[in-house]
Amino acid sequence: MTGSTVARVAIYPRSVKGRFRNLKWGILGLAYGVYFLLPWLRWDRGQGPSQAVLFDIPGRRFYLFDLVVYAQDIFWLAGLLIIAALLLFFVTGILGRVFCGYFCFQTLWTDVFLFVERFVQGERPARIRLAKAPWSVGKAAKLSLTHLLWLLIAMATAATFVLYWGDAPSLLVAMVTGEAPSAAYVTVFFLTATTYVMAGWAREQVCTYMCPYARFQSVMFDSDTRIVGYDTGRGEGKAGRAKLAPGLKTREERHAKGVGDCVDCGYCVQVCPTGIDIRNGLQIECISCALCIDACNNIMDHAGFPRGLIGYTSEKEQSGAPVRVLKPKTYGYGLALLVAVGALTWSVAAREPFELSVTQIRQPLAVTLSDGRVQNNYELKLTNKTNETARYAIGITGLQGAELEIGRFETVSLEPGRSVTLVAHVRVDPDEARQAQQDFKFVVEPVDGGDGRGEPRTWRSVFYIPSLERAEVSLVH
Amino acid sequence: MSETNKRNEHGKRAVQTTGHSWDGDLQEYNNPIPRWWLWAFYATVVFAVVYWFLYPAWPVGGTYTKGVMNTITYTGPGGEERTTHWNTRALLMRDMQEGTHAVRQREYLERVAAMSYNEIADDPDMMAFSRSVARGLFADNCAACHQVGGGGVPGVYPNLADDDWLWGGTFERIEETIREGRRGFMPAFPQFNARQLDDLASYVLSLSGHSVDADAAARGDDIFNGPTGGCMYCHGEGGTGGPAQGAPNLTNGLWQIVDVPSAPTLEGKKALVKRVVSEGAQRHMPTFQDRLSDAEIRALAVYVHSLGGGQ
Repeated sequence: MTGSTVARVAIYPRSVKGRFRNLKWGILGLAYGVYFLLPWLRWDRGQGPSQAVLFDIPGRRFYLFDLVVYAQDIFWLAGLLIIAALLLFFVTGILGRVFCGYFCFQTLWTDVFLFVERFVQGERPARIRLAKAPWSVGKAAKLSLTHLLWLLIAMATAATFVLYWGDAPSLLVAMVTGEAPSAAYVTVFFLTATTYVMAGWAREQVCTYMCPYARFQSVMFDSDTRIVGYDTGRGEGKAGRAKLAPGLKTREERHAKGVGDCVDCGYCVQVCPTGIDIRNGLQIECISCALCIDACNNIMDHAGFPRGLIGYTSEKEQSGAPVRVLKPKTYGYGLALLVAVGALTWSVAAREPFELSVTQIRQPLAVTLSDGRVQNNYELKLTNKTNETARYAIGITGLQGAELEIGRFETVSLEPGRSVTLVAHVRVDPDEARQAQQDFKFVVEPVDGGDGRGEPRTWRSVFYIPSLERAEVSLVH
Repeated sequence: MSETNKRNEHGKRAVQTTGHSWDGDLQEYNNPIPRWWLWAFYATVVFAVVYWFLYPAWPVGGTYTKGVMNTITYTGPGGEERTTHWNTRALLMRDMQEGTHAVRQREYLERVAAMSYNEIADDPDMMAFSRSVARGLFADNCAACHQVGGGGVPGVYPNLADDDWLWGGTFERIEETIREGRRGFMPAFPQFNARQLDDLASYVLSLSGHSVDADAAARGDDIFNGPTGGCMYCHGEGGTGGPAQGAPNLTNGLWQIVDVPSAPTLEGKKALVKRVVSEGAQRHMPTFQDRLSDAEIRALAVYVHSLGGGQ
């Protein structure tokens, strides 16, 4: 193939009925249902908004049902991405590109756009005729309607995406009345444009040329991986494929003449959304959507031949060798996946009911007070991550003869999800201290509230006495 | 080339070459620019034209085209409405007045202004807000002398992070200091001879626990607490200080005017004290009530109080 200036060959996939098509419709319905309805699901939680899933960027909180993800928990996202990657490796190694064929949003949206195209313009031959026909009112009307519907779906997709980032009902009203933040409109515009272009115009070109996952999924293939394959031996026989013709109607007749089971109807090629001929073997464009399997099975049923001329198979199966699914690679990916899922689950389940960060104020690092004691200051940031108001007592341990003062309050009360920044003054008599730098710990204990998880927790910090440091230095020299 | 011929679905001829060739078989295609590229180029042209009209674009003599439909109205620093052509500075000004965070900060500042110091000090949330807003005010107005964090410069600018206060460390006294400024003045005593100065310095250093010659200190006591020096009028009897007039407490180990602890020898420490006595001291903190709002001054007082030694 030479450069990109060669125009794309238009593809007009024919519709097909069958097991895999039904499976794909089912997954599509589920995915669309979840995607379009989830922002509208209300959820009653102790704190924050009553929307089941809400990504609140200005408030730095992600609300996922009863789980509230704070900005400092963002590493969970890394865990989620690692799990997604491992799941892709694991599944692709065994089942091939099932993600591409059934779950990828590019596939799903293209499927819907193709459905709209067929709904308006008719089946494959009608669409090809329409494309070749000279311009007329009817053609313009059909094309306009197609693109209008595409744009509406794209816009609904884009608007729904935006609803995840704000209170859905009020945000939708604001968007319609022109009062939403400009970011909402920009997002809607860009997602509408990309959805329309990618699912309406680019379609299989995304999978073939743009998608990085398409490329690296092939790397995970081995000879046991399930692929959509054509049984060449059975289909071609000795004399190749041939159409159903007088004298070539039954398998016996065909086998007697050395002709294979493939009736060369071209149905598998016509239904292919990426426009390939699976009978030429596995190709990079194949997204494993299995529509050609449905098509071929329908034809085989019709002709009274056994199904499975095109089917899920593997390189080894095709060559007649035994298939081994459980191999070190499977166990390796599976184990890594289990570890990652376990780690994330543990991390989420064992999340701390409150969070403290301690920063020593270093300007000035230490001051001498009029009674001769040395004072260090610390900034504590305390966040209540539970769903109820909690009161915390703050103390120190491990610093002999030290006095702690945190303003005038002995305990701090915090509403759910709120943070407070406190200044802690710690005072130590330098005559009693042994070292210039002494480790000690802040202890925070929820005294009531906080989901009943009242165990005290500690944070390490350091106390400095510069005059002792000078003394130590002079001893060394 | 044969591949190209096959894939060229337009039913037209194969891709032309420019006729240039190198190394015998290296040829240059004469393909048209891709259609999408061309349209994108036209779109940028249209965009540029629209931009010229909407935004300030062309210099014309001493002025420039200001664009259309792009005015922005904001509230200026004096509270007056201003309308100008759209620019990011005006956008910032408007955001500082009307942005959600600006409005919320103003609400909090109004609460600070309305609450008493004791109420603020009892409320961790208001303490955190006051400190947060005053940190910036302190950096803008105070840190040039008192240093970021209030550590001061020994002998020159007072340390605000310790608990030794010249003018008092209560909320009210700190507010007064910020609001009205302070003039610290210790008169010079040029009439003292070297011996008197030495005696006085010995006594002053003995107050904070330095071991000095007892006879000299006793003579210095007479000068300090007697009519000759009259130091106790300001520094208090026994040198315990007079915060009402900014007179330092001389009995603790902290020094405000001269950095006594850094002098390595007793003679050196005495020399520092003697210099203050014979030359006097004058220091000046400017007033800030014209620069800062009442709420800001309150927040700043809370901040300074919380630096470590508030009383």
